[in-house]
Amino acid sequence: MTAPPDRAQSERAQPERALSERARDDRAQADRAQAGWAHAPGRAARSIHARAAVVAEAGPGGRTRLTTLRSAPPLTLRQTGPERVHLVSTAAGPLGGDHLELDILVTEGATLELGSIASTLVLPGPGRSAMVVTAQVAAGGRLTFAPEPTVLAAGCDHAMTVRLALHADASAYWREEIVFGRHGETPGRCHARFDATVDGRPLLRQEFTVGDPAVDGSPAVYGDARCVGNVLVAGPGFTHPEPGVAPGRAVLPLAGPGTLILALAPDAVELRRRLA
Amino acid sequence: MNAMLLLLADSRLPAGGHAHSGGTEQAVASGAVHDVASLAAFLRGRLATAGLVAAGLAAAAVTASGAGWAELDAEADARTASPAQREAARTQGRLLLRVARRIWPAPALDELAAAVPSPHHPVVLGAVAAATGCSPRDAALAAAYNAVTGPATAAVRLLGLDPVEVHRLLAGLAPALEDTAATAASACAAGESARLPAHAAPALDLLAEQHIRTEVRLFIS
Repeated sequence: MTAPPDRAQSERAQPERALSERARDDRAQADRAQAGWAHAPGRAARSIHARAAVVAEAGPGGRTRLTTLRSAPPLTLRQTGPERVHLVSTAAGPLGGDHLELDILVTEGATLELGSIASTLVLPGPGRSAMVVTAQVAAGGRLTFAPEPTVLAAGCDHAMTVRLALHADASAYWREEIVFGRHGETPGRCHARFDATVDGRPLLRQEFTVGDPAVDGSPAVYGDARCVGNVLVAGPGFTHPEPGVAPGRAVLPLAGPGTLILALAPDAVELRRRLA
Repeated sequence: MNAMLLLLADSRLPAGGHAHSGGTEQAVASGAVHDVASLAAFLRGRLATAGLVAAGLAAAAVTASGAGWAELDAEADARTASPAQREAARTQGRLLLRVARRIWPAPALDELAAAVPSPHHPVVLGAVAAATGCSPRDAALAAAYNAVTGPATAAVRLLGLDPVEVHRLLAGLAPALEDTAATAASACAAGESARLPAHAAPALDLLAEQHIRTEVRLFIS
């Protein structure tokens, strides 16, 4: 698949950041050993670079065929239905230093649902970890991206990047859930950036940071919530929920052709309930 | 220090800023902000999210022109998921643009008004800053300053807090204001509005949506 034009810029921005933060990471090594990265059996300190891809194309009679399904451990993709793929994690992590990428292409008129078997536990390691998801949906295409939550373990330093490029007649249901540590655990650091465009025009741009003292616990940002999540519903192929607000949940019609369900919650189960 | 920047950031500028609390009224109603300490946490979080986003947009607006106005306004829309907050930002933007065109007449402001009748407030702030000879960093500083001073004043009125204590809190935020302006100006110097800061504040979104549905309120937002 072809990479969208803005990909090179973001890739330039990331490695320098990882290097500059390495010194501080080294100082925190004792914390990391305690936090669990030393308990991942079979993983040497060497970090993993992996790039997986899935391409869904509409075949004869309008049925979707997965013409590419390329796993790259630890990102292992399994087809679990005619139009459905699950991400099966085949190693612990990501660990600090790992760089994982997933490319998704839904061509004209095709449908793809992507989920995951388990939540992603982000662990510390020698450097920053990164997960980059790039998705393109062509006219009449329909993409559901609904993996299990990303859980930030103590001491982690993680960057999550999503670039979702939609054609004007494309549809997407995109869920993202971030859990601030396992039960009773203080999370490490995370920076998430989500950019969704429709025909190149911006639909939604959002960054979330965790582990910044200005933001953590601020009643303006997360309050006393332990997780944050949202669902972007875009295009004509999905039912857009009715606008409204309830404790810890709001349904926000965007300025462009999309609706955002936004939720804060004390735990992952409640978060999922609020995003439904 | 630029005298025009002082005038532009002054709360006495008759552009309706005093009518907005930036979520503070609802945060007080919900009990989330109830004293100087909780106000401090509120303002720090607000500055690191909505304040940084506004600062980036304002800095970028200093050098905008032509088709750039509508593009930048669309970037502001994409960073403001809450319709209540988009409405508040556009109301304040429209008022500021109206008074600024009388105070500092400039072709760029006419061009902005023609391209986007009710632009997002930070876009107007940046445009006016440019018309008064301010730099992108000045514009970013004014936006960051606005992001915390209005809500701080609202909290004093709503909670009857000691205004000296609250101003001491604002003085403590001064280094963070400078940092925010510097971060915004350097993001803007990269030259691509798509990459400007986009830090979300989910609690502010929820507060804004709850506030707009509240019947009795002192502030518009």
